[in-house]
Amino acid sequence: MPNPPFDAAQYDEVPFDSEPAPEPTRLPEPTLSEQPVSGQPLSEPRPPRLDLDGEWQRVSPRYVVVEIVGTIIFGLVVCIGAALLWLLADQTWALWVGAAMLLITVLNLIFEPRRVRSIGYQLRADDLLFRRGILFQRFVAVPYGRMQLVDITRGPVARWLGLADLKFVTAAATTAVSIPGLREADAENLRDRLVELAESRRAGL
Amino acid sequence: MTDPAASAHAASADAASAHAASADAAVAAKPAPPSLRPQAPLTDGEWHRLHPATPLLRGGIFVVAILGFVITNLRERLVEFFFGEPHFEGDPLDEIVRRGAVGWALLIIAAVLIIILLAFYVSWRMHTFRVGADAVEVRSGILFRSHRKARLDRIQGVNLMRPFIPRLFGAARLEVSVGGQDGSVQLAYLRGDLADDLRRDILRLASGIRQAAATDAAAPPDESASGPAGAHDAAHPRSAAGFGDLASARMHEFMAPELDPDAAPPESVVRIPVGRLIGSIVLSGFTVFLLAAVVALIIGVVNGGSGWLLFAILPGIIGSVGYYWSRITKSLRYSISSTSDGVRVGFGLLSTSSETLPPGRIHAIGVSQPLLWRPFGWWQVQINKAGQSVMQGAGGAASTLMLPVGTVTDVERVLELLLPGFSTPEQRHLVQQGMAGAGSDADARSAVADGSPLTDGGPVGLGDGRGDGFTNAPRRARFLRPFSWRRTGYAVSGGVALLRHGVISRDLILVPLARLQSVGIDQGAIKRRLGLASARLHTVMGPVTAQLSVLDSDEAKRMFARISADAAAFAATDTSHRWNQPTVLSAPAAPIPTAGPTPATGPTPTAGPTPATGPTPTAGPTPMTGMAE
Repeated sequence: MPNPPFDAAQYDEVPFDSEPAPEPTRLPEPTLSEQPVSGQPLSEPRPPRLDLDGEWQRVSPRYVVVEIVGTIIFGLVVCIGAALLWLLADQTWALWVGAAMLLITVLNLIFEPRRVRSIGYQLRADDLLFRRGILFQRFVAVPYGRMQLVDITRGPVARWLGLADLKFVTAAATTAVSIPGLREADAENLRDRLVELAESRRAGL
Repeated sequence: MTDPAASAHAASADAASAHAASADAAVAAKPAPPSLRPQAPLTDGEWHRLHPATPLLRGGIFVVAILGFVITNLRERLVEFFFGEPHFEGDPLDEIVRRGAVGWALLIIAAVLIIILLAFYVSWRMHTFRVGADAVEVRSGILFRSHRKARLDRIQGVNLMRPFIPRLFGAARLEVSVGGQDGSVQLAYLRGDLADDLRRDILRLASGIRQAAATDAAAPPDESASGPAGAHDAAHPRSAAGFGDLASARMHEFMAPELDPDAAPPESVVRIPVGRLIGSIVLSGFTVFLLAAVVALIIGVVNGGSGWLLFAILPGIIGSVGYYWSRITKSLRYSISSTSDGVRVGFGLLSTSSETLPPGRIHAIGVSQPLLWRPFGWWQVQINKAGQSVMQGAGGAASTLMLPVGTVTDVERVLELLLPGFSTPEQRHLVQQGMAGAGSDADARSAVADGSPLTDGGPVGLGDGRGDGFTNAPRRARFLRPFSWRRTGYAVSGGVALLRHGVISRDLILVPLARLQSVGIDQGAIKRRLGLASARLHTVMGPVTAQLSVLDSDEAKRMFARISADAAAFAATDTSHRWNQPTVLSAPAAPIPTAGPTPATGPTPTAGPTPATGPTPTAGPTPMTGMAE
């Protein structure tokens, strides 16, 4: 299925946390050890948000569409339910619920592109680094040897866009490293790369 | 015997006719052996059968219940039959007697009995197990065959349980647990002495003595080494070398608490006086809840009305007596001791349970003290481990409980067992501070650290005049943690991360970095405003959660960098899953692979190779001694 024409550039206007944006989903080179070891002095004023050094690989900008479709569908379902309650059962509180849901959906839609831009990962020498979130930031480092399995899933919208989600599963349920919105070929390459890295750094449970 | 399952833990329920056919072949090959040959070692790679009373013991309660039910219902009838004048009326038995069908009835009963006995016999015949060179396998089932195989190098624990009724028969249940949900192979039931031997042999096979020559410990030869001949040839030449270990293990077997409760007092590192045990259980959160319920009940009764409250609460209060009783009997005769194959924890008065945790199976250790225990200085130790016991050992005593209640000295001894090598004076100091330390203010210190980020070489926080040893949350955190912010902190030493938090109920969490799964830091909107973050060390599931809810955000980045680097380094050199195998990398202070490319924002080792065999904890950030047990 040919990918639909999609203007990826429109999502790349804002640089990613003031770093020059790399090619959106360029697959990392096997030479991993030449990550920029930036010795930034720590005596700067307290940074407003957590950030880690290194060059983050980002997910495909097209992933925004997946998120937007999901948000709209969810919002629509709730709003329609509320509207039915209001019109048929004459429940006025449902109107407020619907209005609140509408507001939340609109806010979500506004923040969606930034939220997708905040998703990133790095393949470091010994571990996979993952980040996501703008309001609630989360950084996770997983040593490759801890990999139990790698999962690739595709939802309907993501499949239409040629995207896939990659999930890195360890023995800890709380690790929860899931990189959404990778191009399918990239996801498969990344999976093979991760398996290869895990194989060379295998550790017991 | 070609097993389709070569994976670590393959449970192929309802295996097809291949297994059934091979089972028949096995049965045919061994015409009618006696139930268990006591002389033959159970680890010879042949299929063996379980204790003959197994079906009775497994379904025993059920049968006894049915029997009791029948007898109770017939009691009056029997009494009347023998002593009184029978007046049969409208009763199945009466009908039978009146129609003269007693013979038929007896025939039917006999047939049912025979069928039950036959089913028991067949199920016992079909229930076989095999301990090969590198796996434990169990086959069972009559119509639905199941075949379960656990690889020995993935063993997370071996649990020997003696529930009360099987114990009367001298039977025991051996449970070999591997990682994952429901990941265990159960050998229920075995004769007691055979179970002891089998546990020792399984642990010996798992420890890697046999494969000492093999260079690749992570991938043991998986081909059919489980044949009888292969097992014999492989097992014997090495048994002489490990004789010392065997002797000491045997010694511990004899002294093990579960063996004979009356003859030998348990050789135990830590004991719990009965008074303390009862006190600790009485002073639990459950008691507070119970007292609240009683008060509510009294108030309700005094105020009149609301009789429903009485019926709602009173049964619970009465039932709580049973709860206390079971808690106490389960934890009585607690013992924890060190064997050559790991830590052994024994529990139980009527039903006993003794679990052996091989080295390197402990993913997190939590030392905690509820508020009510503080006046007495009691602590509790729990762990996270990968293999969860399905049948919660000894009928409910959580097998994650390493020390139900103990003093500070007890805790230190238990920690020494659980983390061998983690016992330098600095590390002891860290543990003490982590347990009972009041904590300190981090602001002055963090200014120093910000100014010179490279001074932080050794165990974080040690030796620069802070005394506490922990890197604590800054004063800003008091908005979020008004009481405990001083005590919220972390330290890293010798491949173990120590997290400390809580001031009302105090917690210290130790995570061996060699088994850390991943590390994460989080920051929400409020914490960003305050310049704070939270950190979490992800381990396998269990009662211990390694989380620091407030932390300076720069410090969180340093911690993240340091712990992620150390986790990879220690995992690469950890060989504890084959604990008796001579280590190939015997010089673990070789250059740690992650020293270079990690982001140098934190106290990551940029200093270069650490002194080779230095047990000095301040030498390098990753002193490897002790973890490669």
